[in-house]
Amino acid sequence: MPDFFRDYEVGGFYDEMFAAPGVVRPHYSKLLERFKQMEREEFDRKRSLAASTFLTQGITFTVYNDDQGTERIFPFDLIPRIIPAQEWETVERGLVQRITALNLFLHDIYHSQSILRDGVIPKNIIWEAVHFRPEFMHFDVPRNIYIHICGTDLIRDGDGNYLVLEDNARCPSGVSYVLENRQAMKRVFPTLLAQHRVRPVEDYSQELLNVLRYVAPEGKPDPTVVLLTPGVYNSAYFEHSFLARSMGIEIVEGRDLVARDGCVFMRTTKGEKAVDVIYRRINDDYLDPQVFRKDSGLGVPGLVKAYREGNVSLANAIGTGIADDKVVYHFVPKMIRYYLGEDPILPNVPTYLASEKSDFAYILEHIEELVVKAANESGGYGMLIGPQSTRAECDEFRERVRANPRDYVAQPVVPLSRAPSFCDDTAMEGRHVDLRPYILYGEKVTIVPGGLTRVALRRGSLVVNSSQGGGSKDTWILDQDEPPANGTTT
Amino acid sequence: MLSRVADSLYWMSRYIERAENNARIAEVNLQLLLDFANQQEGDPQQQWDPIISSLEENEFFASLYDRPDGRAAIDFITLQKENPNSICSCISLARENARTTREQISSEMWEQINRLYLFVTSDAAADLLRDSAYEFFRRIIAGSHLFQGITDATMNQGEGWDFIRIGKFIERADSTSRILDVKYHILLPSGESVGGNVDIIQWMAVLKSCSALEAYRKVYVDQVAPWKVAEFLIIDSEFPRSIRFCVESLDGALHRISGTGETDYSNEAERLSGRLRSDVVYITIGDIFKFGLHQYLETIQRRLVEINNAMHATYCART
Repeated sequence: MPDFFRDYEVGGFYDEMFAAPGVVRPHYSKLLERFKQMEREEFDRKRSLAASTFLTQGITFTVYNDDQGTERIFPFDLIPRIIPAQEWETVERGLVQRITALNLFLHDIYHSQSILRDGVIPKNIIWEAVHFRPEFMHFDVPRNIYIHICGTDLIRDGDGNYLVLEDNARCPSGVSYVLENRQAMKRVFPTLLAQHRVRPVEDYSQELLNVLRYVAPEGKPDPTVVLLTPGVYNSAYFEHSFLARSMGIEIVEGRDLVARDGCVFMRTTKGEKAVDVIYRRINDDYLDPQVFRKDSGLGVPGLVKAYREGNVSLANAIGTGIADDKVVYHFVPKMIRYYLGEDPILPNVPTYLASEKSDFAYILEHIEELVVKAANESGGYGMLIGPQSTRAECDEFRERVRANPRDYVAQPVVPLSRAPSFCDDTAMEGRHVDLRPYILYGEKVTIVPGGLTRVALRRGSLVVNSSQGGGSKDTWILDQDEPPANGTTT
Repeated sequence: MLSRVADSLYWMSRYIERAENNARIAEVNLQLLLDFANQQEGDPQQQWDPIISSLEENEFFASLYDRPDGRAAIDFITLQKENPNSICSCISLARENARTTREQISSEMWEQINRLYLFVTSDAAADLLRDSAYEFFRRIIAGSHLFQGITDATMNQGEGWDFIRIGKFIERADSTSRILDVKYHILLPSGESVGGNVDIIQWMAVLKSCSALEAYRKVYVDQVAPWKVAEFLIIDSEFPRSIRFCVESLDGALHRISGTGETDYSNEAERLSGRLRSDVVYITIGDIFKFGLHQYLETIQRRLVEINNAMHATYCART
């Protein structure tokens, strides 16, 4: 019998499974027992079962600039990431607090801007932000909700504290993997899942549909909801089609829609049909060539006019990008205090703003120890990890920061927690992970228990993005921490 | 249903059916080659000419291969990516269309089309084709049947399903007419007469490639005769690959989509399909041979194109 975890090294990081070498955390003990009884052959069978499931279902994402063919499977690691009920409860409260503050912030920024007048956030930070949409000042969004769907990236530091790394308030992706990973685990480890009493994630699509229907224009008791995708060549197309399918709504491309007289219609075999709510997976810039980028062939000319007139609702609202700007991020804890009068439950990672004089000097001096990020990039692009970069790369980023201080922030390198992952077909090794829960804001705030645990499968790598060699794990939120005592009936 | 989606469902279905029919034609031809391996003098490549001709691809074929022999012909029909009508290309295109309509088709349909795609683009497919082309063709045909069966068993039989049926039957009618026409292009070896041994074996091959030999035997108990084969494949009302059966099915699907009665029409596509339908229902094999079999089959093919265009203009064209 192979002991998969005999030579497992904790390696000086916070390990999700082991408190110390050989000392398993209580919520992982059943999993460890199961693996002690597993032959390598059985494990390999399970792995190939999972892999073939993903392949035949075509659960793939597209990699740009890749000659190897454009579709790839998102690597899936069979060892789940387990989070105790108590721990999750805190995370959940923190996320609700955060999304509430972010929505209040967006309403304020597009109306009276009291947070700027009160000097909590410097004015120029907002006015110079790429994703701020002054065209939408004083525009009222349905139900005052701006961010309907938010993907907030959480990490754990060396002591296991949860920190917010960034908020994705535009078109966060990845939730389809949460659902598909769970499907795969149900096939591969049915008993183990049941024994752990893992909280289900399957109602995400229904909750999402509820949110979309909730924000429909007034007087539409049975609104027509569609999902707008950039098309089949978009890296997240699988997810778009997955979500449309599981909500039972149409997935449309810009060319399927036409805007006329302030209303939006889709072209069907039975003529044109009015559309009330659009879950758009296209960024603001590409939505409407009459208003934003003129060269966009993905959008719908006239869509923004219909949106302004209140005849069609968009999720997320236009202009939410200001809330996930990496400079504005620095101010979220202050927002929470300002709007809610509460202390932030989930702290930020300490952030240096290159636009601030003292921080600017510090960044240039300590760039080799810092993570430097472009304020408006995502997906792991436009980023420097100082300790893992060459001198030339660091110098190049120094130049970039000097040229555009507003566009850069820097953070200390957080030693992300690690979770055991089966690596290189040989052994269990610790790999860095993060967690992206998905927050839905409609009539109430709903968070599907768990989220996407992304894992940096390359040894030593801190970058978990799928475009950069990352994979994922199923995330198990336990229903309760102590199993019911023997003899209790349910 | 979105116009774009209707268009994609239609083409997904056509491409799957086309892949299957190419496999059928190639498989039977392979059998014929074996039957005549000992008798045939000269170049066995001759045997592939009619196939390439019936696909109207002679020049394109010649431009791709230095030695246009049997091996080249099989490659051209099966795995050649340059050929947009090769089995591999058809299945890839079917999958691309399925990918954009995944919320309309069932997961089972998608998985089957994806499995077929993964197979045909794998090294295993090339190996199988080399080791046993026969097995390769059977596998493609069975893969298409499985897809069509899954479609009928798992998909809502509403508008989308009807577009799938239209695609399938237009393609199948066209293909049956081309398979029948292959015989027109086949030259009898010198010394063989019409109605002779070789001629009959070739007509039997035509039936086989439509999975029609057994069905034919049940209807016509006596010997295989050319005009009877043509009659069976064109105007039999029950055989699911006969041109009449296909035209009736696609006409029915078109009428179901608009809700118009089958004796009436509400758009150009229905008018054309209704007209073609009454033509194949009321024509006799005597009329067809008087007109000329080859010419008649060409007319059918042209009219199917017209139905395709009219349907596209009615349901899928963008304003």
